[in-house]
Amino acid sequence: MKAMNKTLLAVAVAASTAIGGAALAGPVSDDKVKIGVLADMGGVYADICGPGCVTAIEMAVEDFGGTVLGMPIEVVSADDQLKPDVGSAKVRQWVESEQVDAVGGLVSSAVVGAATKVLTDNKKIALISTAASNAFTTSACSPYNVHWTYNVAAMANGTVKPIVQSGKKKWFFITADYAFGHALEGVATEVIVENGGEVVGGVRAPLGTTDFSSYVLQAQASGADVVALANAGGDTVNALKTAAEFGLTQTADVAGLLVFTPNAQAMDPATAGGMTLTTGFYWDYDDATRAWSTRFKERHGAIPAMGHAGAYSMTMHYLKAIEAAGTDESDAVMAKMKEMKPDDFFARNATLRADGRMVHDMYYVQIKTAEERRDADDIFKVLDVIPGDTAYAPMLPECNFVKS
Amino acid sequence: MATFLGINLFGLFGQLLVGLINGSFYALLSLGLAIIFGLLKIINFAQGAMYMLGAFAAWMALNYLGINYWLALIVVPLAVGAVGILMERLLIRPIAKEDHLYSLLLTFGIALMLQGTFTHVFGSSGMAYAIPEALQGGFKLPFMYLPAYRAWIVVASILVCGVTWWMIEKTRLGAYLRAGTENAQLMQAFGINVPLMVTLTFGFGVGLAGFAGVMAAPVYSVSPDMGSNLLIIVFAIVVIGGMGSIGGAILTGLGMGVVEGLTKYFYPEASSTVIFLVMVIVLLLKPAGLFGKEA
Repeated sequence: MKAMNKTLLAVAVAASTAIGGAALAGPVSDDKVKIGVLADMGGVYADICGPGCVTAIEMAVEDFGGTVLGMPIEVVSADDQLKPDVGSAKVRQWVESEQVDAVGGLVSSAVVGAATKVLTDNKKIALISTAASNAFTTSACSPYNVHWTYNVAAMANGTVKPIVQSGKKKWFFITADYAFGHALEGVATEVIVENGGEVVGGVRAPLGTTDFSSYVLQAQASGADVVALANAGGDTVNALKTAAEFGLTQTADVAGLLVFTPNAQAMDPATAGGMTLTTGFYWDYDDATRAWSTRFKERHGAIPAMGHAGAYSMTMHYLKAIEAAGTDESDAVMAKMKEMKPDDFFARNATLRADGRMVHDMYYVQIKTAEERRDADDIFKVLDVIPGDTAYAPMLPECNFVKS
Repeated sequence: MATFLGINLFGLFGQLLVGLINGSFYALLSLGLAIIFGLLKIINFAQGAMYMLGAFAAWMALNYLGINYWLALIVVPLAVGAVGILMERLLIRPIAKEDHLYSLLLTFGIALMLQGTFTHVFGSSGMAYAIPEALQGGFKLPFMYLPAYRAWIVVASILVCGVTWWMIEKTRLGAYLRAGTENAQLMQAFGINVPLMVTLTFGFGVGLAGFAGVMAAPVYSVSPDMGSNLLIIVFAIVVIGGMGSIGGAILTGLGMGVVEGLTKYFYPEASSTVIFLVMVIVLLLKPAGLFGKEA
């Protein structure tokens, strides 16, 4: 009997210790949900997702109430300097010694490729708002990747298809000569050929080319109906400017395959007016987008680009998923994120697919001419809403974990 | 269309002309560097930042003060030159007696700070600056459409480069300047204020970069990194031409523009490296540069 009592006591003590231990740990690890924001704070992509992405994610945390499951939410940020080694080292430090639970922002595909690898190894969530590559949900997919705002396939589908279908069949590419440009050219070419068009030529211009006149002359000589700019940022701005100067815009359409709002603002309306493109978000679309964008502009000083709005929406969805899951443990949160339907001013008719791709409505827009603009922020006219399943490519068998 | 050895001649002429246009730009930029190095032995790494400053100053003058392009073409180089003068007096002079490397590092630091400040204030996407009305449109040549503004760039750059070369090589003032940098003490004994001459020369060289910035504003986007992108190319041109050779800088600038234009036509992927390839070859065969004097 005595022995029996002793055993019971031991079991009771063990049980209470276990319960006590669990209660101490809580449903949230380290009594805090910590989100890192990795972005380009001072380089060429700083305007599309740099300090603005930090602001957007901080806004999401504040709007959520600052706490989740009774525990505080903290945001930390770092500059990746557009270098994969710098970015992945920072992420490693965050997840291995600073208890960061998820990393948001994530801009340049090269940096994101390195960063998501570290995150996956540590079973932490990557909230990708601005990188363009399809790879994060195909060849380099991971059960911990969430790819939110757009990708190159959605851009190519959204912009190229309507132009080919309108009868402009002969295309010429001016492509940024690195992985991103090649990928964008590749998916756009597929869309052109599928819709009965042909590619009559192309040039690969080094990243950061200041003078596009030689390439514009070659595009002109090719006799193409449409000149596609498979580049981004300053390259697009400079290429378009040169195209207008050399009269190319009078004889052919110029299609920018990846144009963010700050880039469109940097273009002279006289040359960019009338150009059509695809975007994942436009601040002036309706009351809901305007309301959020006005708040964002008050804090950040400029209207949000699609990556900013995406970063906000994605962070909100992440926090809601933690609340619904009752824990910040990555697998449970990812399961909830994919189960719940994202729905806010940014994510319309949205689903988060098993491969981590967030599919939502995209917008086919036209850059307004100088006469059409009421002020400097009035830049796009929304021509059409592209349903997500039309814009995004279907899930591919390339992604391993989805198959299993 | 006329072809020769399978090459579309019209296309080729177009590329040659475009090369010449870019070359006149290179000439203008490398000229400022060559003057500052040739006469003062200062390696000015802030020249690209001064070019950027010129473009931004033109943009700010238009948007804040309503100063148009033509007026900016005069006012901005003076303002940027004044910045150069301040820089020389306050920062470069105290270390002028040290090794060249000190001025190189100092000016490089200044360039990075300026670039960082402009990125912080104006963002990295750049600003739009329209081509002045009088120079909009262009000429239809048999082999290409030549925008009027590009033609203006060639004319203005060659004019400015020519006058500068003539002043330094052919006038009495230029002779004083060259003598002053050879033997400052002797020139001072003749009653010539050498330190003032040095300051003004530096200001003039920097002002040239400001002028190039105004010229560039309508064709390239006015952005904080526009100078750093170009600076290395322009330095390579100065090295190819022969460090400090004024005429060498001008001729090599034009020539390299053409070489680059042709590379863009035949093998565009190499266009950003071809100038450095030429630099390597020239340095191997003629270490002082094409027009440089052997030390």
